[in-house]
Amino acid sequence: FAGLSDISISQDIPVEGEITIPMTSHIREFDSSTLNESVQNTIMRDLKAVGKKFMHVLYPRKSNTLLRDWDLWGPLILCVTLALMLQRSSVDSEKDGGPQFAEVFVIVWFGAVTITLNSKLLGGNISFFQSLCVLGYCILPLTVAMLVCRLVLLAEQGPINFMVRLFVVIVMFTWSIVASTAFLADSQPPNRKALAIYPVFLFYFVISWMILTFTPQ
Amino acid sequence: MATIAAPAGGARSGAGPEWGGFEENIQGGGSAVIDMENMDDTSGSSFEDMGELHQRLREEEVDADAAAAEEEDGEFLGMKGFKGQLSRQVADQMWQAGKRQASRAFSLYANIDILRPYFDVEPAQVRSRLLESMIPIKMVNFPQKIAGELYGPLMLVFTLVAILLHGMKTSDTIIREGTLMGTAIGTCFGYWLGVSSFIYFLAYLCNAQITMLQMLALLGYGLFGHCIVLFITYNIHLHALFYLFWLLVGGLSTLRMVAVLVSRTVGPTQRLLLCGTLAALHMLFLLYLHFAYHKVVEGILDTLEGPNIPPMQRVPRDIPAALPAARLPATVLNATAKAVMVTLQSH
Repeated sequence: FAGLSDISISQDIPVEGEITIPMTSHIREFDSSTLNESVQNTIMRDLKAVGKKFMHVLYPRKSNTLLRDWDLWGPLILCVTLALMLQRSSVDSEKDGGPQFAEVFVIVWFGAVTITLNSKLLGGNISFFQSLCVLGYCILPLTVAMLVCRLVLLAEQGPINFMVRLFVVIVMFTWSIVASTAFLADSQPPNRKALAIYPVFLFYFVISWMILTFTPQ
Repeated sequence: MATIAAPAGGARSGAGPEWGGFEENIQGGGSAVIDMENMDDTSGSSFEDMGELHQRLREEEVDADAAAAEEEDGEFLGMKGFKGQLSRQVADQMWQAGKRQASRAFSLYANIDILRPYFDVEPAQVRSRLLESMIPIKMVNFPQKIAGELYGPLMLVFTLVAILLHGMKTSDTIIREGTLMGTAIGTCFGYWLGVSSFIYFLAYLCNAQITMLQMLALLGYGLFGHCIVLFITYNIHLHALFYLFWLLVGGLSTLRMVAVLVSRTVGPTQRLLLCGTLAALHMLFLLYLHFAYHKVVEGILDTLEGPNIPPMQRVPRDIPAALPAARLPATVLNATAKAVMVTLQSH
């Protein structure tokens, strides 16, 4: 038993660490300083937050910014922009098969809700609005693609025109998926990432399809 | 009175940060609405019990520490600071009471956990079930197993919607009342849910052993064949190819579903009724999807707008000869397809 008496924790194993409480955002409602500030301050602060998140989407790294301080302003701005640009000038009502404003809106938001429900049901630990936020922000590359396509369509139509637009849309579609994967993948159980990413792929595919097949009359 | 009230206020302010911390740990900082996984056993009515317990403990400590707390008055800035603290506490309590009530009501109605067990799948399982849906099994003597999951069927329906959209666009379908997207979603979901319910009802009549969930899963996986056929034939417009695929791929997935149903039904009449209906509906749906949203008109190649030209040449086919051979029931066609076919037949 002589050896047992020497059992002790050696001094160089650290018995310390860090306990971090996730998402310690202070309750802003009771902070009277934000109620008394001017409207311009509020708007600028929100716009800066939205702009910061846009940067995170354009240069996707594994980061928590979109998840930590989620907001739905960015997705709303992007969705409205996309829907406005995709709206056909319905002068010629017979060819009216293109997406209208309400249709794009509904597709984007109900698609995002469906994907969120799916990822939660698969066992992901992301909250509802965080997921909506990420999916909405990752539409930014496709909105840029829409802008580029509209510019390209000002030139004369033809197969080269179509090829250019196809290339741009494919690149932006891949970018969207990479960006949303970077943010969403960590919240899924590791063996089910593919199951959660597939509906995201379908969602952005439908939006890309709407952008690619848009022809102004 | 002021000296007695001040320590009470002091105790409440002492409980304030603790209340806030308690709430933050449970609710995660107020950032989400559906937070099922954060609601542990202390949520719901027991939350208030815990709260009241906490409150009672606090009040007992207040009585014990009355003398010690008097010395902390210095940090209250007199009466003005005290009032601010109290009002903040009251607002805090009201906020939490309202939040508790709202989250309780919400969790009652938005409980998606009912569906959670149906989404408990692995990618390998989904892949193997997709492949198995094309392989009919001959063993009909005892009931074959059907996996009761909803992820695969749901994703297949959405994929079919996406493929349909592509097909409708490249065929220049004109939808008069409604939108392309709405029609595609309505068709696919309507088929999946409607035909599943109908076959389930027939199965109930024919005394077959199948539940609604299993029927949904079976029919959903049967749409895999449809997805493949439509994906190929919306891009390569050879009609001989379509008929070949219709018989082969469509036939295989139908045979699989039929075999499963036969293994779960007793009696030749019942088997015939159930499986005949399912086979007819399934094959006719594929036929409908192809012809209703696929218009081949000669001469349109010259006038098409640039982006909508499919890469392969459209092959002229003898439309009037093909259609009677297919014997499409009139009830299956919607107004769009009727308009299309009237146009074609008048050429």
